[in-house]
Amino acid sequence: MSLDAVTAVLLIPALAAALLALLPGYRATARLNILATLLTFLVALSLLFTRPAPGPYLHVDDLNNVFIVLTTFVGFTTSVFSASYIDHELEIGRLTPTFLRFYHAMYQVLMFAMNLALVANNIGVMWVAIELATLTTVLMVGIYRTHEALEAAWKYFILGSVGIALALFGTILVYMAARPSIGEGLDAMIWTTLMERAASFDPALLNVAFVFLLLGYGTKVGLAPLHAWLPDAHSEGPTPISAVLSGLLLNVALYALLRFKMLLAANPEALAPGPLMVTMGLISALFAAFMLYRRRDIKRMFAYSSIEHMGIITFAFGMGGPLANFAGLLHMTMHSLTKSAIFFAVGHVSQVKGTQRIADMGGLTETHPVLGWGLVLGVVAIAGLPPLGIFMSEFLVVTSTFARAPWLAIILVLAILIGLAGLFLRLNTIAFGEPRGPVAEAKASYVPMFAHLALVLVAGIYMPPHLVAWFQNVAKLLG
Amino acid sequence: MRGLTFDIAHMLAGSLVLISFLQLYQDRLYALLNVFALHAFVLALSVAWQAYVQSAPHLYVTAAIALVFKAIIIPVALHRIIVRLGIHREIEKVVGVGTAMLIGMGLVALSMVVMLRVTTGADPLAREDLAFALSVVLLGLLMMVTRRNAVGQVVGFMSLENGLVLAATGAKGMPLVVEISVAFSILIAFIVIGIFLFRIRERFDTVDLQALDRFRGERR
Repeated sequence: MSLDAVTAVLLIPALAAALLALLPGYRATARLNILATLLTFLVALSLLFTRPAPGPYLHVDDLNNVFIVLTTFVGFTTSVFSASYIDHELEIGRLTPTFLRFYHAMYQVLMFAMNLALVANNIGVMWVAIELATLTTVLMVGIYRTHEALEAAWKYFILGSVGIALALFGTILVYMAARPSIGEGLDAMIWTTLMERAASFDPALLNVAFVFLLLGYGTKVGLAPLHAWLPDAHSEGPTPISAVLSGLLLNVALYALLRFKMLLAANPEALAPGPLMVTMGLISALFAAFMLYRRRDIKRMFAYSSIEHMGIITFAFGMGGPLANFAGLLHMTMHSLTKSAIFFAVGHVSQVKGTQRIADMGGLTETHPVLGWGLVLGVVAIAGLPPLGIFMSEFLVVTSTFARAPWLAIILVLAILIGLAGLFLRLNTIAFGEPRGPVAEAKASYVPMFAHLALVLVAGIYMPPHLVAWFQNVAKLLG
Repeated sequence: MRGLTFDIAHMLAGSLVLISFLQLYQDRLYALLNVFALHAFVLALSVAWQAYVQSAPHLYVTAAIALVFKAIIIPVALHRIIVRLGIHREIEKVVGVGTAMLIGMGLVALSMVVMLRVTTGADPLAREDLAFALSVVLLGLLMMVTRRNAVGQVVGFMSLENGLVLAATGAKGMPLVVEISVAFSILIAFIVIGIFLFRIRERFDTVDLQALDRFRGERR
């Protein structure tokens, strides 16, 4: 395999992981971590212009290119945030330098696994990559080794493993369905071949396979009722990991699901995968919106908000059609940017306040104005208020649904409104009112947070025509 | 000869389902581990037979992994962990033996109905294998659900995974089977090391997951 951009996207994180595991000294390694993610991002950008031909293991097309660019970008900004975050964790002694070395190496392994899952042209490789990503995040979630962190890691581990096992069964069934038409061996697991020949597969087998894949990868997307691991994993791990989990890993699992959805859609006799995804998405969104109300832990609250938004995105893709797919794609991008920005803010907030309890962090806009208003802006964005990007994507999801299935749209709007009210109820306590808790100056880097929010704001007002054309093209691909 | 090939493969896969049932009603941890070792051993035989029938030498690697890693190393390691951590020898179950067995039978019937119906086109050996494999997977899931004990859940997960390996080897000519079984072995090793290294007992005083649940959700 010659060294092209696709290989480089995988090679840079892999090499960086090895290097970071060996190097001592956390300041230098934090910088190296940033450098590696920046390089990966730049290489991923180059994929927009030149694209190597698909091989038996790796490929890049319009669909996964969106995901790769988004993943590497958020990976980069999160590593910038992570550098200032871990500074503080070392100061208060929550992490030791040894664990930090491990942390940085794992961060790169995670980036590698996610990139591999995205560029894999083989359903088996994709499965292995998602398993690897699960394993690394389990280790990162448990890194503080408190009761809660271990329990969260254990729960995530068991549920994630079951999900991954079901996904493998589905993968095997897809192979079985493809074998009579394509023949034995590697060819019957390659995406590009599978997509070409999908119409000749056994539809009954494909249907059963999709159910397993939906349950398996759906666990990793965090769809209700398989979401139980998600709030714990988000609240107990280091905040940069919460940002990556919410902003990226959920997307990667969703990407896997979308690929299989396309496969089913290419077979005229197989069942329509849309209604299944619509149902699960709607249930997740509605359920998570209600769950937002009784949250006392700030990170858990935003974890439930992630479930809500993943539900909306799954719903949009389930509805299908160029417009809904476009909206789903846009919503996914906006959610990734906004949610990671929120977690950047939340990370610093919980550090200066020394707690994640919402009741103990009142009056943030007075004690820490920059951080406080940043968080307010983030919540306004995630709640879906104009003029920010999420408003636009939610608006598109809702309007495209109203035209085709008004009743579903009403439920969706209900979920969005309930979620909005829940978020603002808590935001009121956190950001305004009587100042509570320590008022020490925050040593934070605000750049990643405001960069993300600025992007979301710009996207809400003006979308570059190139981007729109690109997304429209992908939406058509998704069928 | 073809009849014999089919019968042996059929018998081995069927035995796996039966042993899954055996696991379902064990209420002592040591006995559970022994039955699991048997499960893995039969899986190794079954995979080796498939390797011979399909003349696919790479499957022998998968069989060897099943034999050495899952039938010997993991049970021994878990045995030691139980001794070292002084875990209760008895397994608490969520539902009684009778109910669990009945649900198990229902699941097997379900997987037969589903798999045999959708795979009418496939060759009979792969069909039966797939149906048995799905039964083993579902029984493993049932075991994970009905056990409150962390070691019990891990054993449930491993027998679920045995079902997956059975399915993967039954799918004739499937590539990456060895890689996938290695990936799964790593996953399991992580789980076992996790139980030990995180010293779940030390921190929670028990490996009973209900005790872990005290910390769950909105505490403070």
